Amino acid sequence: MPGPTANPILEIDGVTLAFGGVTALNGVSFEVAPGTITSVIGPNGAGKTSLFNTISGFYHPGAGHIRFRGDEITRLAAPLRAKLGLARTFQNIALFRGMTVLDNIKLGRHCHLHSGVLDALLYYGRARREEMRLRADIEERIIDFLEIDHIRNAPVAALSYGLQKRVEMARALAMQPQVLMLDEPVAGMNREETEDMARFILDVREEWGVTILMVEHDMGMVMDISDHVVVLNFGEVIAEGAPADVQADPEVIRAYLGSGNVAELRHRLRQAREAA
Amino acid sequence: MRIGSARETYSQDEALFDSHTKRVWLCVLGTGLVLFPFFAGQYWLYLACLVAINVASATGLNILTGYTGQVSLGQAAFMGVGAYAVAVLEKQLGTPVLLNLLCAGGAAMLVGLVVGIPSLRVKGLYLAIATIAASFILHFIFANWTRVTGGTAGLTVPPATIFGLALDTEFRLYWLIMPFTVLMLAGAANLFRTRIGRAFIAIRDRDISAEVLGIPLLRYKLLSFGLSSFYAGVAGGLWAYFFRSVTPESFPLLMSIFFLAAIIVGGMGSILGGILGAVFMTLVPEVLKLMVGWLPNASEAMVFLAPVRTIVFGALIVGFLIFEPHGLAEIWRRIRRFFHLWPFRS
Repeated sequence: MPGPTANPILEIDGVTLAFGGVTALNGVSFEVAPGTITSVIGPNGAGKTSLFNTISGFYHPGAGHIRFRGDEITRLAAPLRAKLGLARTFQNIALFRGMTVLDNIKLGRHCHLHSGVLDALLYYGRARREEMRLRADIEERIIDFLEIDHIRNAPVAALSYGLQKRVEMARALAMQPQVLMLDEPVAGMNREETEDMARFILDVREEWGVTILMVEHDMGMVMDISDHVVVLNFGEVIAEGAPADVQADPEVIRAYLGSGNVAELRHRLRQAREAA
Repeated sequence: MRIGSARETYSQDEALFDSHTKRVWLCVLGTGLVLFPFFAGQYWLYLACLVAINVASATGLNILTGYTGQVSLGQAAFMGVGAYAVAVLEKQLGTPVLLNLLCAGGAAMLVGLVVGIPSLRVKGLYLAIATIAASFILHFIFANWTRVTGGTAGLTVPPATIFGLALDTEFRLYWLIMPFTVLMLAGAANLFRTRIGRAFIAIRDRDISAEVLGIPLLRYKLLSFGLSSFYAGVAGGLWAYFFRSVTPESFPLLMSIFFLAAIIVGGMGSILGGILGAVFMTLVPEVLKLMVGWLPNASEAMVFLAPVRTIVFGALIVGFLIFEPHGLAEIWRRIRRFFHLWPFRS
């Protein structure tokens, strides 16, 4: 699926983000087509997580625009983006350790529930009906789907790393997202867990029709399941396209492996020194 | 070994008291609370009322500090707002008791909301200092807004009157105080089965990712402050009806520390913890008094009661933080687990 599509669900348009003198993102532009799996790759420090944090509303970019289904969301507060249908997981797992797996997942639905304080204190009528509907929906659609029914009452702190990642994904799915952003969904997993997660990601796309945007270092998985790959280096997009095209791009090979040319490397280092 | 507690519907699984055994014990406890005043003497009734008021206020603080993670040392001052509200309403307007108590909660809630505003920017220790500042400001207002609060002399409160019956004995007050506490406890327990309670816990555990999951931080922190001080306000109102005299010295900073100690000792982030902690901490000084009474030269030893009490409170806080950070509630859970598993050990 190369090139811009007619109706992208998420549009990143010339986004620039700087922390003091460090430019983390420099005019980053790309589009995410609905129903696709789009991967953002790049060496460490390329700005992938900064990009995610900008899209989900932690950081506000100095320049550029982010559009979600055609609407400008660049200045929108993070909770409102969640309500629109932008869900994410975190690189260093951000589950709530004081809650059980079930409560963590339920929390994901927060912005789609309506019961107020009085309903909650009485737990009668609306709050009760709403909570029961939520429980049934989570049990039947999410817990069953992600195969975590055996741990639903476990405190999250007691779970293995792979299971915690899966619970985090369950929580993101409970947000009823249109775009699911996964920050390194298989980092630190063994091969079996990686394959499970890849299968879940594909199933989420197929069964739920959710568009997926992910950051990942596992090139095998990225190339296998992505429709579109965006390569970042030093905060800039250096290539994008179908997995095979990106893999063959000389610029990408240079970013990951270096060019092998010592004279060029020396030249680049000198440039960097002069710039500093 | 407990077996056969299978549940067939989601609402059975989500019930607060989800097993037959628990419901039986709850009935026993309820009956006990109803029969208690008919058998207990005046001293024990006095203690029961005091314990109930402290449980209500500690539960309020537990919502804010234990569940939402916002450390507050203003709980006693918020109680003071409630107590003064009841005193003023009762003296000046003579409005009905239930309305007065709700107004006491409402007044404390408004003050709590204002005190909670800095919580978006300041966290942990700094927030605690900000709430101490608020409690000194409130103390100053209690002492100096003479026209309303009666200045340092304070106000005397006429007895609460319901259907023409003056609640002027511990026996009668028990029937006002205990139901309020039970209702407030039920409300708090329900709260944490819904989206609002979950949002509070999420803010405590990871506030930044809570925001990305759709929880507006300021609104929910303020909500927590509001609820917590509403509880304090109602507890303060009951306190005013109980002691019938409200002065600026009735709600010192030490009392706020007492409530913080109660939830630490009982177990932060657990409704049962708030109850156990408040009961335990209220009874400790009484036990101390009893023990001092046994000493050979009791009247001389009484002089040291106040400082010894403070030392014991401090030692309890430190001891629990080191040896049992989840408090009495965790000890209780361990005991229950033992009986559930018996004769096996794990």
